[in-house]
Amino acid sequence: MSIISTVKDPEALTMTITAEFAAPQEHVWRLWADPRLLERWWGPPTYPATVVDHDLTPGGRVNYYMTGPEGDQPRGWWRILAVDSPASLSFEDGFADSEGNPDPAMPSMVIQVSVEPQEQGVTRMVIATTFPSLESMEQLVAMGMEEGMSQAMGQIEGILTELQA
Amino acid sequence: MLDEARTDRILHALSDATRRDILTRSLVGPHSVSSLARNYAMSLAAVQKHVAVLESAGLVTKERHGRESRVTGQIDSVRAARRLLDHYEDVWRDRLDRFGEVLATIPAEPLQEGNA
Repeated sequence: MSIISTVKDPEALTMTITAEFAAPQEHVWRLWADPRLLERWWGPPTYPATVVDHDLTPGGRVNYYMTGPEGDQPRGWWRILAVDSPASLSFEDGFADSEGNPDPAMPSMVIQVSVEPQEQGVTRMVIATTFPSLESMEQLVAMGMEEGMSQAMGQIEGILTELQA
Repeated sequence: MLDEARTDRILHALSDATRRDILTRSLVGPHSVSSLARNYAMSLAAVQKHVAVLESAGLVTKERHGRESRVTGQIDSVRAARRLLDHYEDVWRDRLDRFGEVLATIPAEPLQEGNA
């Protein structure tokens, strides 16, 4: 795996990350399309994911929960917007309440995935995320990470660095 | 650009461990003064004083919410967005590392005619 580029636009609130894999397009696609494979990479080792529902058709849902070190189980959902197997997928990704229903108090982000074969058995995957607002990005990024606090500490360090400059 | 007086207020505000902790928590999300106070072995009035120092340095804002005031960390929005995106990038870098590892466990298939 190699990361080819990341493009971040703090005003448009988007991030696009491009990676290449020495594997066929079908295999790369399978990591999204097979829930057992998806759960092996979606969550961090400290919060492994378990995929409960997995319907990759337009309007379909993927429901999952993650299990934290304290036994906490945050739940998440995807709503599939478009699929073109094995080349592209776009979905809304958000957090759910303890019952697995989308939490209306929590924002969601839109993720677009494209999987394109290149030459010599290489497949390029592009992941583009769009956040609806700065506030929702704060919530989503903090929720998605157990280390919301360390992220805030980074902000304080940023201020200090700026003052010293 | 920050003027000198503001710089002094920020440095003074950040010179205290409790205030740094209050700022850290309020950057994660809005907190009421009373819920912040539960984290420290000091009176509510002492915590209110710390919040006032952070407020005068422009690092937090206080907003009336029902019967209590809520404290929210203030960081310039583009800078905040950049930091969040950096953090989100780390999430995907980790994910893609794992993605590559899982991908490597899929056995190669013999080539078939037509599309793979």
